[in-house]
Amino acid sequence: DWKSNLLTSTQFFNSGHTNNWAVLVCTSRFWFNYRHVANVLSVYRSVKRLGIPDSHIVLMLADDMACNHRNPKPATVFSHKNMELNVYGDDVEVDYRGYEVTVENFLRVLTGRLPPSTPRSKRLLSDDRSNILIYLTGHGGNGFLKFQDSEEISNVELADAFEQMWQKRRYNELLFIIDTCQGASMYERFYSPNIMALASSQVGEDSLSHQPDLAIGVHLMDRYTFYLLEFLEDIHPASQANMNDLFKVCPKSQCVSTPGHRTDLFLRDPRSVLITDFFGSVRKVEITREAVNLTSAAEQPSEPLSYVDQLPVAEIIHQKPKQKDWHPPDGFILGLWTLILLVFFKTYGIKHLKHIF
Amino acid sequence: MGLLSDPNRRKALTSLLTRLNTPIWGMPVEWLVKTMQARGLEVFTQSFTRTLPFPDENKERYMVRGTNIYGILRAPRAPRTEALVLSAPCSPDNSNNQAVGLLLGLAQYFRSQIYWAKDIIFLVNEHDLIGMQAWLEGYHHTNITGMDYTPLQGRAGSIQAALSLELSSDVITSLDLVLEGLNGQLPNLDLANLFHAFCQKIGVLCTIQGKLQRGDWDTAEGYTHAVQTMMLMVLKQASGRPWGDHGLFLRYHIEAASVRGINSFRQYKTDATTIGRLLEGMFRKLNNLLERLHQSYFFYLMPSLTHFVSIGYYMPAFGLLATILLLRALDLWVQLGTPAQVTEDGAGEVEPPSSPGVLSVLTPVVISHLTGVALYTLPVLSQETAVEHFPVSETEAVVLTAIAIYTAGLALPHNTHRFISGEGTEQGWRVLKLVALLYLAVLLGCTALINFSLGFILAITLVPAAACVTPHMPKALTALAMVLLSPGCTLLYCVFIFQELQEAPVTLPEGWMLFLSVISQGILDHSLYGSLVYPLLALLIYPCWLLLWNILFWK
Repeated sequence: DWKSNLLTSTQFFNSGHTNNWAVLVCTSRFWFNYRHVANVLSVYRSVKRLGIPDSHIVLMLADDMACNHRNPKPATVFSHKNMELNVYGDDVEVDYRGYEVTVENFLRVLTGRLPPSTPRSKRLLSDDRSNILIYLTGHGGNGFLKFQDSEEISNVELADAFEQMWQKRRYNELLFIIDTCQGASMYERFYSPNIMALASSQVGEDSLSHQPDLAIGVHLMDRYTFYLLEFLEDIHPASQANMNDLFKVCPKSQCVSTPGHRTDLFLRDPRSVLITDFFGSVRKVEITREAVNLTSAAEQPSEPLSYVDQLPVAEIIHQKPKQKDWHPPDGFILGLWTLILLVFFKTYGIKHLKHIF
Repeated sequence: MGLLSDPNRRKALTSLLTRLNTPIWGMPVEWLVKTMQARGLEVFTQSFTRTLPFPDENKERYMVRGTNIYGILRAPRAPRTEALVLSAPCSPDNSNNQAVGLLLGLAQYFRSQIYWAKDIIFLVNEHDLIGMQAWLEGYHHTNITGMDYTPLQGRAGSIQAALSLELSSDVITSLDLVLEGLNGQLPNLDLANLFHAFCQKIGVLCTIQGKLQRGDWDTAEGYTHAVQTMMLMVLKQASGRPWGDHGLFLRYHIEAASVRGINSFRQYKTDATTIGRLLEGMFRKLNNLLERLHQSYFFYLMPSLTHFVSIGYYMPAFGLLATILLLRALDLWVQLGTPAQVTEDGAGEVEPPSSPGVLSVLTPVVISHLTGVALYTLPVLSQETAVEHFPVSETEAVVLTAIAIYTAGLALPHNTHRFISGEGTEQGWRVLKLVALLYLAVLLGCTALINFSLGFILAITLVPAAACVTPHMPKALTALAMVLLSPGCTLLYCVFIFQELQEAPVTLPEGWMLFLSVISQGILDHSLYGSLVYPLLALLIYPCWLLLWNILFWK
């Protein structure tokens, strides 16, 4: 009954979020920063594949690499050498492009202080039940990130922007990933609750790029995001991988720099945070065959109900309906048994049949 | 991947190279136009004429008439705002017969690529520097040097970088990079680094100043080798002439370098295909640039291709030399300011003027500068009269007139001291020396800022002379020392040192002939390309030195 379900359901909405948003920003322009655009597009691709729709993704690309005059393969942005994976695809929707990617616009998107004429696709319409993934990449230093080769955002500004978001109840939980040189300096100043941060390198270290492509002539991806993409390709919407797995992505042997993370502001244990809590947009649906009486006055629940009492997603997906009737076995089992019998009779000869019958 | 991996293109290139191996008298204009058009370039020509002020005996030309041919490869997708230039000078003799073939082969290869974001101009200029000057003036709509040229029909946008090719053989053993340009200007160091990086990547030997790099920096031989290479660069920069066709681009803030193929007696030879790949790589890198090269130094000296001395290191050395002059000037100012404590006469002494009038030294200053003007204008103007009266050619007439006027200036103090007021006073020569020192300091400072090598070489000879000279020294010895430290003799030493460093030492008579030809080249450079070395030396440095000479013979 639903009371026993209640006990397992405490695990279900522990995350407490109902919708997912993603803000993916590439801050550098120029052809030789091709890899930053490829980084962001890889994360965009993963996030879209795991279910976040374009209406909930704010994608900011500071330069157009696919249609750059120097691109020998126009209309593509590759993330693997030998051009195995075109992350530009057919359905990329860029919300802020070119010179619109500025520190001011980024902060306005985060805090929601946009002029009334801004279209919906350029707004972060999150609420207090939104889990937001923020991914930044570009050139950075100790305490700053460079935008467009002309301005910088400092870690203090970013921390204050997140505090504004918290006070305006614009997020439930925030995952902040940054892939720049000395990226760990950007999350040092955060002070708002429910923020988890990952960075590709510590202060004083450079984040390195992964591999150049000789035909295109530039480096295609940064190491950290390359291994992050490999990790995310294995995640599917029902995956139970948690944040501890994400922290292990790209150890020093692969990344040369030391990735870092920060979880002290986060209320939940990272072990219990699913990757899909931030990267996917998993709708929690319960299929129930019995009526649930929610308003029985006689029985008071012994503990206050958690947000929505439903079963964890994994159990729902893999749950089979109870079988009341006997059904014949699947074709595979039938075929397997036929094969076994054939082999048996081939080996031992048909005359042994009389021993059976 | 890369140039000429297609056997058809390789065949085309070898056929071009063998064709151009035969001597071409004059430029095959129609053939070049047709060939470039066949490769899909937009081809235009420009004709120019120029009469030199006097015949150039080194290159044997006087009235020059020629045609430049250039083809523009338009970038397939980009707007026509920026351009790169690949040029090869085409001369009547055999000195650069392979470069044009390589240029055409590269044009054909580049035409089939889609990643060009800038237009590429393939330029074949006639009469090397003169043709290049005509083309650049036509391209930028200026007329600095009085050249006569037809306007350019086709244009490609603002030029970001340029490379000039000089190849005389179809196989080479090393590539030499030439950086020094007009008036000692240098391209951005990034261009030299780019060339070196690509040479190493492809495995071609590359040199600078024609000298191979040595690996041992700690040993004395390695150090002297590096110093020799740097001294060569200093001398080349001080001469103020463009040492390759690229030298004229620098005036328009276009980073340019010349690449010269050298075929020596080493065993390992590199063929034109590899040079083509190197140039293709360099052009692709330049294509990826989004701004003009500006991140690295513009003022540097290179002891080797992997090491450089930046302006922050070498300028203090010059600063110290200039400080000597300023300190001496300060000393003189103090001496002039305090009235003479010891006077032989008592009350009969007229009180010395508190600041001795600068007008008293105006006469020597004016006369020295008039001599300088004479040195600047007379040699070229008087060549006809000299040829009439003496059995010399025009070039010799010009040079010998210059030397004559220079030497005549030595006799000035004897003739002009009658006109100087304040003669015989201690104050007079002190004021003159003060003026001369400050003048020299300003001159050398300005020169060092523009062309450091020239400023430094002049400083090391003139500063000791200026600081020490007084009328009270032994006249004969000091006069000899002054003459030996004068700008003319400095030039002579530089010629000898240059030949020594090039490992082609010359005997005294050969050196003297070389010196004469250097003077004539200096005058020609000034009138043809606007080099500032000759006017600087004639109009400003020489009068300054004459002032010091006047001080020495003060009565």
